[in-house]
Amino acid sequence: MGEVSVQALRGVDFELFRGELVVLLGPSGSGKSTLLNILGGLDRPTAGAVHFRGRNLSQAGDRELTEYRRNEVGFVFQFYNLIPSLTARENVAIVTEIAKNPMKPEEALAMVGLEDRLDHFPSQLSGGQQQRVAIARAIAKRPGVLLCDEPTGALDSATGVVVLEALERVNRELGTATAVITHNADIAAMADRVVHVSDGHIASVETNAVRKSPSEIHW
Amino acid sequence: MRAINRKLFRDLWRMKGQALAILLVIASGVATAVMSISTNDSLRLTQAVFYRDYRFADVFVSMKRAPQSLAQQIEAIPGVLQAETRVVAAARLEVENYADPITGMIVSLPGNRPPLLNRLFLRSGRLPDPDRENETVVSETFALAHTLHAGDTLSAVINGRRRTLVISGIALSPEFIYPIAPGSLIPDFAGYGILWMARKPLGAAYGMEGAFNDVALSIAPGTNPRDVVDRLDELTRRYGGRGAYARADQISHRYLSEEFKQLEQMAFLFPAIFLGVAAFLLNVVVTRLIATQREQIAILKAFGYRNVDLAFHYLEFVLLIVAAGSLVGIGAGVWLGRNLSEMYLDFYKFPFLLYELTPEAVALAVGISAGSAIAGTLVSLIRAARLAPAEAMQPASPGRYHRGLLEVVAFAGRLGQPTRMIIRNLERRPVKALLTVIGASFAVAILVSGMFFTDAVGLMIDVQFKLANRYDLTVSFTEPTARRAAYSLSALDGVEHIEPFRSVPARFRAGHRTYMTSLDGHPPGARLRHLLDDRFERVTLPPEGVLLTDALADLLQIRPGELLTVEVLEGARPVRRVPVVGTIKEYVGVFGYMDLSALNRLMREGDLISGAWMTTNPSTRDGLFAKLRQMPRVAGATMQAKALANFQETMAQQMLTFAFFNTILAGVVAFGVVFNSARIALSERARELASLRVLGFTRGEVAYILIGEMALLTFAALPVGLLIGRGIAAFAIRNVQTDLFRVPLVIHPSTDAFAVGVVLVSALISVWLIKRDLDRLDLVEVLKTKE
Repeated sequence: MGEVSVQALRGVDFELFRGELVVLLGPSGSGKSTLLNILGGLDRPTAGAVHFRGRNLSQAGDRELTEYRRNEVGFVFQFYNLIPSLTARENVAIVTEIAKNPMKPEEALAMVGLEDRLDHFPSQLSGGQQQRVAIARAIAKRPGVLLCDEPTGALDSATGVVVLEALERVNRELGTATAVITHNADIAAMADRVVHVSDGHIASVETNAVRKSPSEIHW
Repeated sequence: MRAINRKLFRDLWRMKGQALAILLVIASGVATAVMSISTNDSLRLTQAVFYRDYRFADVFVSMKRAPQSLAQQIEAIPGVLQAETRVVAAARLEVENYADPITGMIVSLPGNRPPLLNRLFLRSGRLPDPDRENETVVSETFALAHTLHAGDTLSAVINGRRRTLVISGIALSPEFIYPIAPGSLIPDFAGYGILWMARKPLGAAYGMEGAFNDVALSIAPGTNPRDVVDRLDELTRRYGGRGAYARADQISHRYLSEEFKQLEQMAFLFPAIFLGVAAFLLNVVVTRLIATQREQIAILKAFGYRNVDLAFHYLEFVLLIVAAGSLVGIGAGVWLGRNLSEMYLDFYKFPFLLYELTPEAVALAVGISAGSAIAGTLVSLIRAARLAPAEAMQPASPGRYHRGLLEVVAFAGRLGQPTRMIIRNLERRPVKALLTVIGASFAVAILVSGMFFTDAVGLMIDVQFKLANRYDLTVSFTEPTARRAAYSLSALDGVEHIEPFRSVPARFRAGHRTYMTSLDGHPPGARLRHLLDDRFERVTLPPEGVLLTDALADLLQIRPGELLTVEVLEGARPVRRVPVVGTIKEYVGVFGYMDLSALNRLMREGDLISGAWMTTNPSTRDGLFAKLRQMPRVAGATMQAKALANFQETMAQQMLTFAFFNTILAGVVAFGVVFNSARIALSERARELASLRVLGFTRGEVAYILIGEMALLTFAALPVGLLIGRGIAAFAIRNVQTDLFRVPLVIHPSTDAFAVGVVLVSALISVWLIKRDLDRLDLVEVLKTKE
């Protein structure tokens, strides 16, 4: 059996602005993860172009993409992906040690409300706390763009809200362009813009006049 | 094929790299076992068949001269089956176009009938015609060394008279499988020849008509050879008996027995290492396999597979690898065994080689490898079987880490996070880390313990031939001779320096312990022959008393200051009590040493010498040899240099072969351990490492975490391996501390460096393979899956 090529995205035209919080909404398999991977420099489109502050990422090689991720992108994953052998502080430090203009790990952890959990290992933290460490790790480098793939997917509603609050605060205070992928429509209310992805293309974009605070969101 | 078996094969295929690495380690274990066991079996079988078919005697004695009538009394000793009286003559041999001196021993054959004992295996030609006076059979080693064939001639000086002998055949004897000249330290194939002649002409030439000077006996099963030896000593005493000895003390037989002891040890030591490592690797791999297949196990159980089915499923995984490894190992072992057996024929001159691989040997090798593999994985198998389905459906809980070493070490604050990851990982599984270190250290140890032998033999040779023996030529006389004979030798052209010596056969006795060897008299302040202490410093020979080789003092359990009974087996056969005044260090043979004059006083024979050591001028040496040949009293001359060179060359070739296989085997172990550890670490931490790549770590930075851990373990293994290697080497030489030779425990830095180098190279290869896998990490895929 040879390689089967699947067209995950086609004709996507998408812009993300400084300070903006965008929710990408769509069912699984709609192509939203592929879009996020391309935005985050994990993947390259087979056709079309991706630009970040004037840099053409679609032409970038592996080394350049690594450089881009290292300095410009903050990632938050559904399953946190913390390093189990490092404490909360060290999980953040592992990124700040290689970034150009990072904040202190303690500072980043304070932003997500974990200043009293600095020396805990992931196995000593709850799911929500682990995800907040992940957010702290993502933002500590002061990234240009923060990409979150189902950040509340593995959490219950109450814990999820705490995580969203952390995301919202970072977006507001640091002005980091933030894209959140989810299939949870309730989360869309906290966004500036909501992008509906289905079947590999952008079905519609709606703009929220007022961003709801995460604390007002339930699911 | 059942679906679960398909799963088995696919799992194996997916893990083919690791499976192959383990297979090779098992194959190495089985191969070394099969090789050593089959070589040992084959050489023993060959020896047994050669001894039986060619009637190797049980008891031996030589004497000065005994009348033929003594034969009946010898035959009448209880337990004696057959007695073959012989004439054994020392001779000087001369072969055309070979200038160096050759000494020889000519043994009589009955002539009119085949020998009762110690029959000859004729490689070519025929036995001497008893009616012709000048026919001889030549030993194969000597014939090969001089490319002599049946029909060729050579000269022999017997009792001062030169004869031209015609070679009627080329033969081998069970008596001279290890053809070493009496008193020699190494075999000299060109410089020492064994010949056989018919009894009548040899007896006539040697002045032994109606007499004999050597007997070989066979004894009935159940007879104690000790009793026969004692009786034989009584009977031969008045005929100048040199002391009877049983087969166990026969020199060629002794060397063979020592060799077998070492082979037996090898048959157990190296396979044990390989199979231990294999068991550890299987444990690690199977534990990881079961960990990654928790959910599959749960699902299979949910669908009704029994505990025993699952345990058996994973057991099959193990046994398939063992079976494949055993097959490869048996094949390689047979090939190696044949080659090793043939290599032994370089030194041990069997006429044929009966290679045999017994089903028992195969069963033992395979059984032990399967047993150790099962032992290594049993706990994991049981755990897999016992896994409760509901629990197994849940992902395994995240690894628990604790603050540890990092928090107590002062410089820890300055360590980067990747380095912390490495240290915490090792701290979390200290036993696994330790076993990995031990596993890799055995690779170093195999090399050190396999190759130190070259260093040890090098030291033995240096001490014996450079520090102790400083002459290049030994001349011996047919009879003890007045000391002034040395002066006539010193006048010969080409002799630079000469010193006389006396050597008498003697039996040393201390309490109930006895040992038969020679007692040597050296002139005071001898320059050409030094006696050495433990530090290889020169020992001055005291004017009275005897110095013993340290091993002989141990053997007789006698200490300096105590009295040793010396029974001389020559001349007037004096029996004297002599104080032991000290011990000296020697690696080959065991002897007693006295001041030359003191020895002569003990003998009460006047100022006699047995021979002389010389340093000679190489440019005039051939002329000197020619002159020595003209001197009837000169029984022979021995040049050690050429024999030593040949011995070292053969030895070096063998060692090179050993080093080659050792390197492969150790490389397999190092690769198996490092590659498997790294592969498993990669599988356990793929997600973690991919996350770091996503976070902007370069390939190199991510590789550092994984490879750094392997490097740390490998570097930790190096000193441990050097230590274990010394332990194994010490264990291995424990059995070769005999009166024949003592192997010292010396390991050159170059041996250590080589061992370290081989292990580093195979670790590098493993790391390179892992780096390729690491570079292929699918960043996107790994983030989607939960642990």
